[in-house]
Amino acid sequence: MLQTRSLRKLLATQVKLYLREPIAVFFTLFMPVALLVMLGFIIGNEPVPELGGRGHLDANLPGYAALVIGIVGIAGVPIETATRREAGILRRFRATPLRPLTYIAGDVLANFLMMVLGVVAVFLLGRFGFGVPFHGSLPSLALGVFLSAAAFLSVAYVLGSVLPTARVATVVGNFLLFPMVVLSGAVVPQQIMPETVQNVAKLVPLTHVVRLFGGLWSGHRLSEHLLEIFVLGGFLVVGVALAARFFRWE
Amino acid sequence: MCEAKNVIEVDGLVKRYGTLTAVDNVSFAVRTGEVFGMVGPNGAGKTTTVECIEGLREPDQGTVRVLGMRPGVDHYSLAEQIGIQFQVDALPPRIRVGEVLELFASFYSSPLDWRQLLDQVGLTAKERSPFATLSGGQKQRVFIALALVNDPDLVFMDEPTTGLDPQSRRAMWEMIEDIRTRGKTVFLTTHSMEEAERLCDRVAIMDSGRIVALDTPDNLIAGLKAEIRVAFSIEGQMDTEILSDVPGVTRVEQHGDRIVVHGSGTKLLGRVVSALESSAVSFSQLRTEEPGLEDVFLALTGRRMRD
Ligand SMILES: Nc1ncnc2c1ncn2[C@@H]1O[C@H](COP(=O)(O)OP(=O)(O)O)[C@@H](O)[C@H]1O
Ligand SMILES: [Mg+2]
Repeated sequence: MLQTRSLRKLLATQVKLYLREPIAVFFTLFMPVALLVMLGFIIGNEPVPELGGRGHLDANLPGYAALVIGIVGIAGVPIETATRREAGILRRFRATPLRPLTYIAGDVLANFLMMVLGVVAVFLLGRFGFGVPFHGSLPSLALGVFLSAAAFLSVAYVLGSVLPTARVATVVGNFLLFPMVVLSGAVVPQQIMPETVQNVAKLVPLTHVVRLFGGLWSGHRLSEHLLEIFVLGGFLVVGVALAARFFRWE
Repeated sequence: MCEAKNVIEVDGLVKRYGTLTAVDNVSFAVRTGEVFGMVGPNGAGKTTTVECIEGLREPDQGTVRVLGMRPGVDHYSLAEQIGIQFQVDALPPRIRVGEVLELFASFYSSPLDWRQLLDQVGLTAKERSPFATLSGGQKQRVFIALALVNDPDLVFMDEPTTGLDPQSRRAMWEMIEDIRTRGKTVFLTTHSMEEAERLCDRVAIMDSGRIVALDTPDNLIAGLKAEIRVAFSIEGQMDTEILSDVPGVTRVEQHGDRIVVHGSGTKLLGRVVSALESSAVSFSQLRTEEPGLEDVFLALTGRRMRD
């Protein structure tokens, strides 16, 4: 049973708390934007032959947007959830009639909003700040963003449920995040990697977000990205099932 | 004992952690409207007992009924009707006092007006303060407010004054007395005998997972048949024989000008004073020391409770 009044209050409270955490806001909202600004001013968007006639911004913008999803999902939410559990904050909720599902829904929605906000900030800045052309369809891109955000949040909740302490969550989160970011092609083009590394990179979930965003931004239809959609959908379904099974208040 | 008058009934409760039996076959009942105290040293098993009753830990054996419900099984309907303050409690550091009350009020079907509650616990001025900036006593008052936000009939408080300075502690005592006056039943744990004597209608003394005594503080102390001590200082000399002959006196000690009379009976003090006056002894700094729950614990376990 979902408690709608509690859910609304939880969502509002979580968003307020989020915005009061300067570090969280920096990493999710400002770091990818800051990367984009640096790339934009230092390298610019002149067409280069190695990128098939596209500019560096054209090639990297979708990757920076994907970065937001990866950071929040793999580090942000798991660390925050483990921290709250370890501090006994989640236990406080157990003393009330609040359902775990309501709590999770509020937290997921709040983080979903922050992810979408971060992605939109990157795309808007790229499009209107640096004039990166958008050739795709807005509804398709929106669907791609929603699916990716949902998939990574379910993975986030699995990590947040099984990682016992804030310290472990921080170590594991960063341990997973950095290779994932590098391999996924979010900041380093996969074309320059050796073939074996490229094959390994296919197993990295963030790769599929990067490819989906890249394709949808450059004008592909959703039907051209069935693999990515299938993989991310799989993460979503399996993640929700595992999180529901393993989530603990304490 | 009338069944309907018990808000909590615990029968044969056992809880183990590995090989450690933290609660060892404990049975008792808590009556409507009383302040029930569970007293004992750290590690006695108080928190484990309370949390089994609240449904937050699963007993290994025994039955527990709270307001006619089964803790753990009827978790959500029970949570609607009880208030809980944990021994170790936490909130997000940056949440504001008003926000947290409003949030927790939204979890219940018929919550109190949280602003009024904030006023009751004396935190109206702190409504917009982040939780982390509050003092220990203020934080504890926030947790009390959270335990009361659903206007529960039964309130659990696990060591609510541990770690508080004397002034906050006194304020907390007044708050607990106030909760009782409003007709709620309070289940309180403490490792302070002074606190139990002051606040509780009945006290269960717990040691190593067992209840070693359960009664009103007065009865527990009276049951000791312990001695009263009357101490005073004299000017000049006196013959202590005149005190040894007073009915009820068992022993008289003299340390310089300080005299300590041991004895029993409610009239002991009056008799000692009139004996001194009739012999024209001038005395000062008269003090009586009556036995307390500390002495009850010592008598029952052979050990001192450490505060
Ligand atoms: N979750 C737990 N796991 C293992 N041992 C525990 C746990 N909780 C309490 N204990 C042990 O059980 C005993 C009783 O603890 P507790 O109920 O907290 O006592 P009190 O509240 O009276 O201090 C102690 O020896 C404590 O170390
Ligand atoms: Mg305890």
